[in-house]
Amino acid sequence: MPVDRRDSTPLLLANARIVDPSRDLDFVGDLLIADGVIREAKRGIVSAGVPEGTDVIDCRGKVVAPGLIDMRAFIGEPGAEGRESIASATQAAAAGGVTTIVCQPETEPAIDDPTIVDFIQRRARDTGIVHVYAMAALTKGLKGEEMTEIGLLKAAGAVAFTDGMKSVTNAQVMRRALVYARDFDALVVHHTEDPDLTGEGVMNEGEFASRLGLIGAPKAAETIMLERDMRLVGLTEGRYHAASITCPESLEVLRRAKDAGLRVTASASINHLTLNEIDVGPYRTFFKMSPPLRAEPDRRELVAALAEGLIDVVMSDHNPQDVEVKRLPFAEAAPGAIGIETMLSAGLRLVHNGEVKLATLLRALSTRPAELLGLSGGTLRPGAPADVIVIDPEVPWILDRDTLKSKCRNTPFDEARLQGRVVRTIVTGRTVYEFV
Amino acid sequence: MNTAPKSSFVLSSRHMLGIEKLSYSDIVGLLDLAEEFVLLNRQVEKKTSSLRGRTVINMFFEASTRTQASFELAGKRLGADVMNMSVSSSSIRKGETLIDTAVTLNAMHPDLIVMRHHASGSVELLAQKVDCSVVNAGDGQHEHPTQALLDALTIRRRKGDIGGLTVAICGDILHSRVARSNIILLGALGARVRVIAPSTLLPPDIDRFGVEVFRDMREGLSGVDIVMMLRLQRERMNGSFVPSVQEYFTFFGLDQKKLAYAKPDALVMHPGPMNRGVEIDSSVADGTQSLIREQVEMGVAVRMAVLEALSRNLPNA
Repeated sequence: MPVDRRDSTPLLLANARIVDPSRDLDFVGDLLIADGVIREAKRGIVSAGVPEGTDVIDCRGKVVAPGLIDMRAFIGEPGAEGRESIASATQAAAAGGVTTIVCQPETEPAIDDPTIVDFIQRRARDTGIVHVYAMAALTKGLKGEEMTEIGLLKAAGAVAFTDGMKSVTNAQVMRRALVYARDFDALVVHHTEDPDLTGEGVMNEGEFASRLGLIGAPKAAETIMLERDMRLVGLTEGRYHAASITCPESLEVLRRAKDAGLRVTASASINHLTLNEIDVGPYRTFFKMSPPLRAEPDRRELVAALAEGLIDVVMSDHNPQDVEVKRLPFAEAAPGAIGIETMLSAGLRLVHNGEVKLATLLRALSTRPAELLGLSGGTLRPGAPADVIVIDPEVPWILDRDTLKSKCRNTPFDEARLQGRVVRTIVTGRTVYEFV
Repeated sequence: MNTAPKSSFVLSSRHMLGIEKLSYSDIVGLLDLAEEFVLLNRQVEKKTSSLRGRTVINMFFEASTRTQASFELAGKRLGADVMNMSVSSSSIRKGETLIDTAVTLNAMHPDLIVMRHHASGSVELLAQKVDCSVVNAGDGQHEHPTQALLDALTIRRRKGDIGGLTVAICGDILHSRVARSNIILLGALGARVRVIAPSTLLPPDIDRFGVEVFRDMREGLSGVDIVMMLRLQRERMNGSFVPSVQEYFTFFGLDQKKLAYAKPDALVMHPGPMNRGVEIDSSVADGTQSLIREQVEMGVAVRMAVLEALSRNLPNA
């Protein structure tokens, strides 16, 4: 649900490097915001004069870009507010330049009923400082058996349908959900993992897992499910999004499907783009993820796929976990990491390394998710809602997890050396975060 | 009371978490120290006082008879007060109590905690939470360092130098912490290590551990000096990893016929407890080439060496 707290004071972001991936624009100029919408983005508005009372902010050396849209984040409302509430999640999001969160349906109860979509929207309106949209369950109770009320959920405001971290293993259920969702032009987002093949696997299968004496999860578990899904998308002509791709084998499947004209897109998590299995080190449970972190060659291919646009979206896979479920032997610890606040800074590593262009990263973090979910953000086009961020792309800093705004501390980037951060986050024309 | 051991060896780390963390001189130092305890253990008066006043807690989250008894005896012969805690894994809510128990025990000021746990990495986790020295008595499928040390001591006493020997480790490599520790240790001491198992019982990328991999006992045993058998858990023989006991024994059980492919003076080892008729035939287990009982004897000496060496790093030592 969009937050609407329009600030009547016009705002001019002056002398900024303006990057708008939705229009392939990248130039130095000014961006004018008034009445909660973007008025103009062009070279030299200042010289042409600005409206009376405009707040002018000098953004020399900074990047102005569309606010980020995080397509996969867990918020614990309702049912697990101790892990994360809409209030804490949106605070963290604002500090990370995320102006729209798409929350996952694995709440208690699950988001499988229009009343819960409504509840989340009202809570977001009352307690959130950035936009929150719900991704609803694809099957009732996330059980993988019966499809949810896709039409009613979509009408209530659900932006896509997923069973979260669960795969729908029954091909018949998946086929029917895909074809039914197609009639409503609803996007189906799927975690691709054959749970039998993953078995008790807790980290990437290979030498490293073998040395640690941990059971590995093979990459094939992901690729097999993705391949099945591509057949079903071919059969149904549904609109499909792979929730979290991690390996070259899956990228090949994705490429073939796209080449064949299927309506298929895919995300990669910031974790899989910037970390690898070696980071697990001596059983560090903050690096336990689902799907697991892969080997370095896998990571590099994933980054290359992002650079060429084969990977459409980068998401945080934000998953707050209490200390009690992380301070356990590795195999028994819960998977997941928080990431909404660090996603952009971590992603900028790829830019500074020369692996991905800034505009490409920002496109995957804003424009593409907006397009896939049918949201009005992800652009600096005049008339669009003023969800805008100002980035200092160069400033070096060290992450201290105790300064994070999330309720949980399970970040894999604690004490990481980062370069670049969000310095201002604007939602519907109003500044909701400022780094001082 | 006997005099303290002559060796002045000191371990380079505070804990004994795995062979992987030991240096070459740590390994040799421990084996040399253990030799002294072998002699001591064969005397009438088996006690020393080097750990007098020290408290050793044996915390076993997984049932174990011989390892626990071995550590208990080792601690007592060094003069320590030894407390045994068996925490049946069914009565605890998974690892939650691991940290809780550790914090509780830590408050009792033990000097050494010996732990066995069903989860890989759990002993390292414990070591992060307590002030005392921690000994790994087996963590999941990760490491069992004292077993590997006692195996090395047994081999060294019978064969002299371990360098240049060919050792075949046979059976359930996948689930075996004994195999992992032995692969690292024997490799560090210069042995050529082979693993022999059906592919379902081999860890992924095992060839990158610096071992030769065989799927056939006759090929794998050809010309080896040491045959090390591993236990195969019953629940893994029902079709999940191998089709049946009968099939497993036929292809991978060590009988006289298969043993004949090894060198004539080859020696047979098993960490115990044995499944006779599953991975090893009784005639081999009880035969002249078997070192299985000697391994148990070396176990006490090696554990004394580990406790002794760690205690030398304790405060006020």
